[in-house]
Amino acid sequence: MPKIITLKIAGTEIKADEGSTILDVARTNDIFIPTLCSFKGLSNVGACRLCMVEVRGVPRLLPACATTIVEGMDVTVDSPKVGKYRKMIVELLLAERNHICAACVSNGHCELQALAQRLGVHHTRYPYRYPRLKVDASHVRFNYDPNRCVLCTRCMRACEEVEGARTWNVMGRGINSVMVTDLHQPWGESPSCTSCSKCVHVCPTGALSEKGCAVGEMVPRENVFTYLKSMRYSGR
Amino acid sequence: MTQTITIDPVTRIEGHSKITIKLDDDGQVDVARLHITQFRGFEKFTEGRPYQEMPSLTARTCGICPISHLLASAKACDDLMAVAIPAAAAMLRRVINFGQLIQSHALSFFHLSSPDLLLGMDSDPANRHILGVAAKFPELARDGIWLRKFGQQMIERLSSKRIHPAWIVPGGVASPLSEAVRDQILAELPQALAIARKTLDWFKPVIGNFQAEIDSFANFPSMFLGLVGPDGAIEHYDGHLRVVDAQRKIVVDKIEARDYATYIGEAVEPDSYLKSPYFKPVGYPAGLYRVGPLARLNVCERMGTPLAEQELADFRALQPEGAVLSSFHFHYARLVEIVYALERVAELLASPEILSRDVRATAGPNRREGVGISEAPRGTLIHNYRIDADGLIIWANLIIATGHNNLAMNQGITQVAKRFVDGKQLAEGALNRVEAVIRCYDPCLSCSTHALGEMPLRIELFDASGALIDTCERG
Ligand code: SF4
Ligand code: SF4
Ligand code: FES
Repeated sequence: MPKIITLKIAGTEIKADEGSTILDVARTNDIFIPTLCSFKGLSNVGACRLCMVEVRGVPRLLPACATTIVEGMDVTVDSPKVGKYRKMIVELLLAERNHICAACVSNGHCELQALAQRLGVHHTRYPYRYPRLKVDASHVRFNYDPNRCVLCTRCMRACEEVEGARTWNVMGRGINSVMVTDLHQPWGESPSCTSCSKCVHVCPTGALSEKGCAVGEMVPRENVFTYLKSMRYSGR
Repeated sequence: MTQTITIDPVTRIEGHSKITIKLDDDGQVDVARLHITQFRGFEKFTEGRPYQEMPSLTARTCGICPISHLLASAKACDDLMAVAIPAAAAMLRRVINFGQLIQSHALSFFHLSSPDLLLGMDSDPANRHILGVAAKFPELARDGIWLRKFGQQMIERLSSKRIHPAWIVPGGVASPLSEAVRDQILAELPQALAIARKTLDWFKPVIGNFQAEIDSFANFPSMFLGLVGPDGAIEHYDGHLRVVDAQRKIVVDKIEARDYATYIGEAVEPDSYLKSPYFKPVGYPAGLYRVGPLARLNVCERMGTPLAEQELADFRALQPEGAVLSSFHFHYARLVEIVYALERVAELLASPEILSRDVRATAGPNRREGVGISEAPRGTLIHNYRIDADGLIIWANLIIATGHNNLAMNQGITQVAKRFVDGKQLAEGALNRVEAVIRCYDPCLSCSTHALGEMPLRIELFDASGALIDTCERG
């Protein structure tokens, strides 16, 4: 039996299992913390920083997805300070690539778009970079459009941790990072890809999609993962 | 030394037009020109995108008739996929196209043009809008608003989204028609048809009051281009292209979509962002032709529905020999087309096949080049794409209705300016006529559908030495 820990999230006293993250506990208790890189069933990398929360007595912000709870913790999930940072992150993500929701396969089913709406981002204060990134449509079943990628690496982790193929990788550094398949060869020529579609269905945006989808038709099949997820948890 | 009068829209909405009228040494109108600053660069912007995105991307070129772009684009995509779409899908696409035509024609006729027609070209500009019409002719204004809403609701009901619906997709439509929606539309059709007929009955007898406008509103011999069905009947969604001359004799017939470029060339003029298409066999600029409601009534042999057939006969009586030439009659043609559209919608919805669940064909890219042509409310719309082996766009060409009419519009404004604009003074009514000529063509400029139906204008008159001697501003 895991030890029970008592903590406060958003003013509510909560009891939870030792070893849980702040995000796990918040979700179980229906407390909203925005996330993008975290995906249940995959390892946490703390990459997107959208889940930043304030913990009393800790001078800096902590990522809820990668911080384990401790006894007596007092967590604020929604302060003006975190709100400001979250908005800024979403604006930067939108300005970094090319997001034209009205023509996007994921319009209406996109986590980035939903976050922008929820956080009240209707414009960005930063100049758009308009990179010219080439769409890879060489795979028979899937499209990869780096113009819509937020570099959350969910595809890479799903591919490596669940499918065991490790087709996806990050190439380059900083602002020049891009997701590539294998050694930056066309996806359709990838020797490692098993065409399992897991990356496509964990992608939070329209960067990965099933071919043949018209605008707004790329709806991630979350149930593909439910079984795998439960297997994973029972074996933990 | 020549003088130039510039009619310039006040910048409320981006991407609109300007009219320049050049005077000759004697202060008489030499040539008038419409300058349009939209559309260039759009084709470039689509390069590298998956072809499936094209319907939605191109629908963004125009907030006024997105349905038309969706249709021409989806047809070009069907061609790339090399599929024949299910019959019900084609029927549904026709219905939504008619919905668009009805709402657009109603907007053009009632909201934008009826103020000029009912209140007079020289009436007080402060009241020359749909609200002014509503004050004097409440029933007509109410009818117009109702009819436009009916068209808009048709689109909304079919696609559950009024602007930029993603319902029209490569291979067909995204979802089948429900009986409930069909019945809703059918229930309102009789009222729509009654309004359309009532408006025609009112309009036909008063046409004679506008003889001066009829004579001078882009009234010149030209060719006409439009789609016709296999039997030569009017066509808005499929069929082939036909060109007739001013005598209504067929110049070329049965032009397949894929061969459009053999017959249509595109000239680029330095002072306008809109390309000027022309009929290649005749050359540029003599190969001027017109598209749109007037052109469609001139190219077709018949309407194919009972009421519209009769209306076509009356329309043809305007010019028993040859084509109806005055662009003023675009208004009349629009009303005839509304009647036709309503009759066809009734026919289509009465067919049980339209409820079929089979509304979408699927395939990957099977051809490297595709062309889709449909008739937008304003005229023939052509989408032409080339893709690479993976289905990414490598080249695209769009010819929009306003483009086809570009040469004709310039000739039309010159004609009316010569008659109504006196270089010495800027009479509001005269300039309103110049603008009204453009409005006949109902060009898809943001400013042409400005809220109160009046283009915001600034007119400047310079003397021979370049000094400003008069200005006129509104909007
Ligand atoms: S990925 Fe999301 S945010 Fe980006 S264009 Fe598509 S819908 Fe919009
Ligand atoms: S492709 Fe999708 S899942 Fe992969 S990093 Fe980009 S946004 Fe994340
Ligand atoms: S969800 Fe925690 S850092 Fe991305």
